[in-house]
Amino acid sequence: MSAADLTPGLRTGLSTGVPTSPVARPLRHISTRFLRSELALIFGRRRNQAGLGILALVPIMIAVTVKVSTPRAGRGPDFFTSITSNGLFVALAALSIELTLFLPLAVAVIAGDSVAGEANIGTLRYLLTVPVHRSRLLGVKFAAITIFSLVVTVWVSLVGAVAGLALFGGGQMTTLSGTEIGMGSAVLRVLMATIYLGLCFASLGAIGLFISTMTEQPIGATIAVVVINVMSFILDSIPQLSWMHEWLPTHWWMSFGDFLRSPVAWSDVTRGLLTSAGYMLVFWLAAWARFSDKDVSG
Amino acid sequence: MTADVTGEPGDFAVATEGLTKRFHQQVAVNAVDLLVPRGAVYGFLGPNGSGKTTTIRMLLGLIRPTAGRHRLLGMTMPERAGDVLPLVGSLVEGPAFHPYLSARANLVRLDCVDRHADPRTTRVRIDGALDRVGLLAAADKKYRAYSLGMRQRLAIAGALLAPRELLVLDEPTNGLDPQGTREVRHLIGSLAEDGATVLVSSHLLSEVEQVCTHIGVMHVGRLLTQGPIEQVRAVGEARARVVTDRPQEAARVLRRLGLTEVALETGLATGTLGTLAPEKVVVALVQDGVPVSGFSVERPSLEDLFVSLTGEGFNVSG
Ligand SMILES: Nc1ncnc2c1ncn2[C@@H]1O[C@H](COP(=O)(O)OP(=O)(O)OP(=O)(O)O)[C@@H](O)[C@H]1O
Ligand SMILES: [Mg+2]
Repeated sequence: MSAADLTPGLRTGLSTGVPTSPVARPLRHISTRFLRSELALIFGRRRNQAGLGILALVPIMIAVTVKVSTPRAGRGPDFFTSITSNGLFVALAALSIELTLFLPLAVAVIAGDSVAGEANIGTLRYLLTVPVHRSRLLGVKFAAITIFSLVVTVWVSLVGAVAGLALFGGGQMTTLSGTEIGMGSAVLRVLMATIYLGLCFASLGAIGLFISTMTEQPIGATIAVVVINVMSFILDSIPQLSWMHEWLPTHWWMSFGDFLRSPVAWSDVTRGLLTSAGYMLVFWLAAWARFSDKDVSG
Repeated sequence: MTADVTGEPGDFAVATEGLTKRFHQQVAVNAVDLLVPRGAVYGFLGPNGSGKTTTIRMLLGLIRPTAGRHRLLGMTMPERAGDVLPLVGSLVEGPAFHPYLSARANLVRLDCVDRHADPRTTRVRIDGALDRVGLLAAADKKYRAYSLGMRQRLAIAGALLAPRELLVLDEPTNGLDPQGTREVRHLIGSLAEDGATVLVSSHLLSEVEQVCTHIGVMHVGRLLTQGPIEQVRAVGEARARVVTDRPQEAARVLRRLGLTEVALETGLATGTLGTLAPEKVVVALVQDGVPVSGFSVERPSLEDLFVSLTGEGFNVSG
């Protein structure tokens, strides 16, 4: 059978010429549609909206509890004793409570879902055949995780600030070093501390993205990220392992309070940002190495 | 009897060379040389587990072949995936969408990730695609609430969001009611009329037979046969069938004329014609005074051929 023999069944005119109907579709070089669609999926999902609601309960509870109880000096984290002097401290207290589990869990859910969730329901194969280049997919997924980390952290902080200011008022703030700063400066520092933490959580999200490329079970990926988060806190609390502490992903998170010193104590938060950037780079590359030629047969 | 290729690579919408996929011990696709000429409607047939979906996944770059290479629309894959896949609409192993989004929102999602899509025409194109598969009225229902057949239609709509030169449809009629199956067949026909090449897989020959210009048959990872449908059909050899009350005499004539595999039944003699013209047989029978009450030439149906190629057993191989 020769190639010529293969054509008799065809309608005339098509065997030689290129089909004419599809028009060339120009490539749009800069487009944020994919990222916006990704964010719409994340923030439009009921489960995630409920999660945001639960995360907001903590600062509200803190503000109300402190308001109705008589403060006793010398107990609880630093921020708690300061709440009655300036409502903005509710935001910081809420962040310090939520940074060990609640906020990392929220990021773990989104990151665990990122690739494994699409693989699980099968939409991954349809994204790839659109086509979406695999590195672009990972880039957009990671951008969405980072934006989500920042948004949830700002959300908790914002609810805390609003609840705190409503119940305790604002004004001059006494920094952790004991000096006084104005309200504008105080708001700025709380914002910086919040963004710092958001970026820290995003580095955990990068680990989640990597794990998410290895499985088709989003829940499994989420659990793995939470386990890593908890393990990191546990290892960080064992003095005999002090040599590894500064390399742990969660080690510098608590340093967010340094933004409330006067002047801002930059050394630890700088280390924290560098460590986060390192984790993001390493795990994004690991995700890429894992995913770029992975068989998608889900 | 797979065709050897001498044509230009651009003449084929799909051309594979020794495409092979091994999963651990099992060879799911074994040295397949698939050739789909441009403009063809190619029925990619094979029983369950014969390697159709695995082949299609390799074609689209979803999984990496263990060996072999292929081109789509003349472009090497996976290197040129970014150039060629925008021209390829696909349906791979059933529909897959976000359950908590509406059908329309799911298509918008697919359009958003397409860097070639013009956002100004999204709505028109989506409505057009939904209309084409008969889902326009149900467009705002959540995907979760869709029936199997509606899901299948939505997946086809997803493949039609942009003008395509090639459509790769893996079991597009799976889960559709008879009316839906007929509609999909019409759809395939109309896509081909618009100039697209269609590769459609199925384990049911009867579902695609009417629309296909070409077929290829897979069995346990191998492409047993492919080519234009009449040519594949011609593989099954024609048999002459003589109805007579003196079958012995008829059989003697048939043997003398050089027919092979001559067989006798009550009131019936049959034999494989080969290159002999059927009318010669009739003349010889009459000359020899054999009372012929019926004469016919029969070719095995495509279905028989399919079964003889792939075996009749119900059990999945491998
Ligand atoms: N990811 C995988 N890992 C291991 N084996 C696989 C994988 N995917 C497919 N197989 C095997 O490869 C063989 C071919 O499967 P494939 O899905 O290609 O068949 P098919 O022709 O599409 O069948 P069907 O008509 O049932 O859809 C099967 O034996 C299957 O078990
Ligand atoms: Mg299949």
